[in-house]
Amino acid sequence: MKVDDVVTEARLRIESLSVWGTRGQILRGIRLDVHRGEILAVIGPAGAGKTTFLRCLNRMTDLDPGLLVTGDIFIDGHPTLTPEVDAVLLRRKVGMVFSVPVPLPMTIRQNLAFGLSLTGNGRAAERIESALKAAFLWDEVKDRLHEPARNLSGGQQQRLCLARTLVMEPDVLLLDEPCSGLDPISTRKIEEALQELKRDLAVILVTNNVKQAARASDRTAFLLFGELVEVAPTDELFTNPRETRTRDYIEGRFG
Amino acid sequence: MTHRARWAATSFTSLTALACLIIVAVVAIILGNIAIHGVDRLGLDFLTRSPEHGVTQGGIFPAIFGTVALVILMTIAVIPLGVATAVYMHEYAAKDSPLVWLVRLAIQNLAGVPAIVFGLFGVGFFIQFVGHGIDNILYGGELHYGKPAILWASLTMALLTLPTVVVATEEALRAVPQSYREVAYSLGATRWQMIRKVVLPQAVSGILTGGILAVSRGAGEVAPILFTGAAYLLPHLPTRLSDQFMELGYHVYVLATQSPDVEATKPILYSTVLVLLVLTFALNFTAVMIRSRIRRRLREGR
Repeated sequence: MKVDDVVTEARLRIESLSVWGTRGQILRGIRLDVHRGEILAVIGPAGAGKTTFLRCLNRMTDLDPGLLVTGDIFIDGHPTLTPEVDAVLLRRKVGMVFSVPVPLPMTIRQNLAFGLSLTGNGRAAERIESALKAAFLWDEVKDRLHEPARNLSGGQQQRLCLARTLVMEPDVLLLDEPCSGLDPISTRKIEEALQELKRDLAVILVTNNVKQAARASDRTAFLLFGELVEVAPTDELFTNPRETRTRDYIEGRFG
Repeated sequence: MTHRARWAATSFTSLTALACLIIVAVVAIILGNIAIHGVDRLGLDFLTRSPEHGVTQGGIFPAIFGTVALVILMTIAVIPLGVATAVYMHEYAAKDSPLVWLVRLAIQNLAGVPAIVFGLFGVGFFIQFVGHGIDNILYGGELHYGKPAILWASLTMALLTLPTVVVATEEALRAVPQSYREVAYSLGATRWQMIRKVVLPQAVSGILTGGILAVSRGAGEVAPILFTGAAYLLPHLPTRLSDQFMELGYHVYVLATQSPDVEATKPILYSTVLVLLVLTFALNFTAVMIRSRIRRRLREGR
């Protein structure tokens, strides 16, 4: 990671974030900074709390009454977990891409305009075009924006979902295993798009695929049983992890 | 396969086929009988004129008009109420909310109440309580709404069909994938925006299905309107909500049992039943057409 690229104040600061669910504690005192201009990969076995961690950041956790979230999260220094903050407004600035592409049952253009239709924001055509270009999808769909979004292939659908989030011009981008169901070429395209996007954003990429973390991220965080075991620049974490648990996980995966 | 097993299989197949045939035959006999006897009198005159000479001659236009008006008013009342109830239960209330439990219990019981009880309820609640209340407050006790009227009949019918609409709407809401809701939220939709822009458009065809069932039930029921607004014979069409009205189902009952000359009325009776059936089918058919068009539009993602 080139440290001088990074803005000094963290775009995203997470302090002693803990989450309890109905079956016990899911996250244990996570402390982490994420900066504009970097991609942070979050790896860990299934059930480590990766998705819950991500959902705290745009307060999708609010939707599950069985969850108790404590701690603090700041975006550009502003707290986001306090009840006075409107989660709806927060989500417009913290975009999220899910593991399964979910195009809404509308045309491609309507999918992209959906977020804007909630706010009544102008310059729709312009913002849609630039979002599609940023998601490397523009050339494939520019002549078929009126077609149903579900006509697109799986990889295209996931890039559509990425673009749909980008239309909102978010400050933070959350990706929950975005390539888990995609072929290598589609995966490649999304990873390339993220490399371009990170200039203006803080990107958090949750992934089950350790290789993807190794090739697509600047820093990597290893989560195990709700605990943040280690976070380090990706090269360092993969070549020389501080913790044996990290090494075991990585090597177990590389098999 | 042994001979015995083969024989069992064949006979079971024939039995199931026979069961189907019986159903088709019964429907064919009913429809055929009514069509053969009813088609003679059917004509523009019959459809556009009022009954004459008691009810032994003339047409049934007022009854057709009244039925359509009743069904429309009922739909206007039942769809918003039913949809709002279902949306609250499925989208707003917590899953273990005692209120939802109570509402669901009430709706299940409502669905089991005999139609005639709705009719009596309509008299007691709508006419005696609401109607007289309106008369006392707005008209100084002068009789306007405290009597059988198409408004009260429609509202009574709406109560009868409410469970159908609620259940159908809830089913339609359940069929909308949870992931759509998550996506809408993640893009910064409020709950209402999520419901209005994603959930309801997806549920429209299901809601219409409920509407169809409600309409076909409403067009066929007589008991709820017996005391709340249907009239034996009226010289005028209803023009105000407080007017009484004629209705096809009730008119069939009148023709069959209350006519001064039952034999002379018989051809009219058959034709009236035929019209009632055709009207119900036509209403259903229209609704099914709308539904399939919406489905197609949804499929195309427009």
